[in-house]
Amino acid sequence: MMMNLEEAPEGLWTRCDGCAQMVFSKELEKTGFLCPTCGHHFRIGAFQRLAMLVDEGSFTPFPPLVAANPLDFPGYEQKIKQAQEQTGLDDAALVGKAAIQNTDCMLAIVDFSFMGGSMGSVVGEQLVRCFERATAERLPVVVVSGGGGGARMQEGVFSLMQMAKTVQAVGRHSRAGLLFVSILTHPTMGGVYASFAALGDIVLAEPGALIGFAGPRIVAETTREKLPEGFQTAEFALEHGLIDAIVPRPQLAQYVSRLLEWHR
Amino acid sequence: MSRVQPFEWEKPLVELEERIKELKRFCSRAKLDFSEEIANLERKAWTLRREIYASLTPYQRVLMARHPHRPTTLDYIRLVFDDFVEFHGDRTFRDDGAIVGGVALFEGQPVTVVGPQKGRDTKENVARNFGLPHPEGYRKALRLMKQAEKFGRPVITFIDLVGAYPGVEAEERGQGLAIAQCIEGMSFLKVPIISVITGEGGSGGALALGVADRVLMLENAWYSVISPEMCASILWRDSARAAEAAALLRLSPTDLLKFGIIDDVITEPLGGAHRDHAFTGMQIRAFIRRYLAEIKRIAPERLVEERLARFRKLGQFREKRLAEI
Repeated sequence: MMMNLEEAPEGLWTRCDGCAQMVFSKELEKTGFLCPTCGHHFRIGAFQRLAMLVDEGSFTPFPPLVAANPLDFPGYEQKIKQAQEQTGLDDAALVGKAAIQNTDCMLAIVDFSFMGGSMGSVVGEQLVRCFERATAERLPVVVVSGGGGGARMQEGVFSLMQMAKTVQAVGRHSRAGLLFVSILTHPTMGGVYASFAALGDIVLAEPGALIGFAGPRIVAETTREKLPEGFQTAEFALEHGLIDAIVPRPQLAQYVSRLLEWHR
Repeated sequence: MSRVQPFEWEKPLVELEERIKELKRFCSRAKLDFSEEIANLERKAWTLRREIYASLTPYQRVLMARHPHRPTTLDYIRLVFDDFVEFHGDRTFRDDGAIVGGVALFEGQPVTVVGPQKGRDTKENVARNFGLPHPEGYRKALRLMKQAEKFGRPVITFIDLVGAYPGVEAEERGQGLAIAQCIEGMSFLKVPIISVITGEGGSGGALALGVADRVLMLENAWYSVISPEMCASILWRDSARAAEAAALLRLSPTDLLKFGIIDDVITEPLGGAHRDHAFTGMQIRAFIRRYLAEIKRIAPERLVEERLARFRKLGQFREKRLAEI
């Protein structure tokens, strides 16, 4: 399920989707991609997220995997290649071992800019390896999800199976008594939300992040209802009891490190 | 049952069948013997039927899976089991009519049965929400499966739904979470599970009932991450090109068997399950008997290990070569 969402900030000036003000791009970098006027959280890439969340130099990525084309879906290879060139990632998840304020953990970041952060075989496998290694090394897992694409259409049923596979890896890690902190960023939808991302021991979200199963457009088309104000936002999810807390981006590293500390 | 228009590709066959009927009527009225001609035409119809149904395209199978007279989960329950009591509710919010479940007797043995329920007409479809479950439906399903685990009885799920319901209230009550929890619950359930995809296997809403030790599929059923219509509207902004999308998605049983997603394909009567409910039920019964006998012997812990291993290996990717780094 693809949605039209605002583009990542580029160019000298960027229009804020929260307050429609023009923001100087250099200014954004300083604020952690938060609008200086209204606090709107701009979407950020996996590497920017990594820099903001983990201790400098602490991240060791897992061996890289690249997508196959199990269905021979036309145009899929080109799409992957294009996304790789645009993002510098092998696929939509950046996964490895890291330290957050001196506490070790396994970390996965799902990047929306790589094919909508959709989950195909590579994202599924990398997440499973992340939880498996965490189970073996008795480490907590932190996953930052931003998968508006849900399960990746181009891999058909194989993408669907990644939902089961990742949930099972989470289940094993959980049964070993280990902590999983799931951080939902804009947007976390479909098969990404309805599998590993929903199952954190602690589920956090960034302000304003879109969180849900079916995309708002689909819901509006199916029900022919006017969607409630703020439908599927993090605030909506909090109000309906679906997440533990909303954490603004500048506080996230500190917040998560405290949780990791208390579960050591 | 109301009369349903034949599919476009069935029309030559329907015409031939009409001609045979007419000839028979004429013969009996006129007291003439055309039995040889009739036998000839019937042979011809039989061959034609075989030809037509042996070469269905993926999308034709999708349409067969949606046939309005196709048996529903409650039909299968009646046909496959000797007795059944339905249980309701998720014990929290309400009873979701889009998912039915309870305890049934399978050849003398109690089993838990769960599956989505489509309606036959508008009134039924409203009550059943067109077989599109809300979170409480998945919570009911999981509750019944946990009950099966407690009492050590196998679980049989039937799958026939386009997807989980995309509605405001469904989202408010955590549709995504309910699906994730159902997948999790089934994954670690310490009793044998068989899933039968009887019609539509649409996305996460279907997978939530399909994490099984053996996954079986009727011949005219589909299973994929997205419906062909939605896929076509994403690819070409044109849901009318669903037939092309269905071919791209490789959602037919033969492909899924090759991929290792399902374990076996259950043959339907020629022309589809809707043409002979009883036969289809018998077929399903025979397959469940066979596969249940196979997995019932496995110790609970090993069963779960094998189930996890089954899903663990699904996916295709490659290690990045050194030259690419």
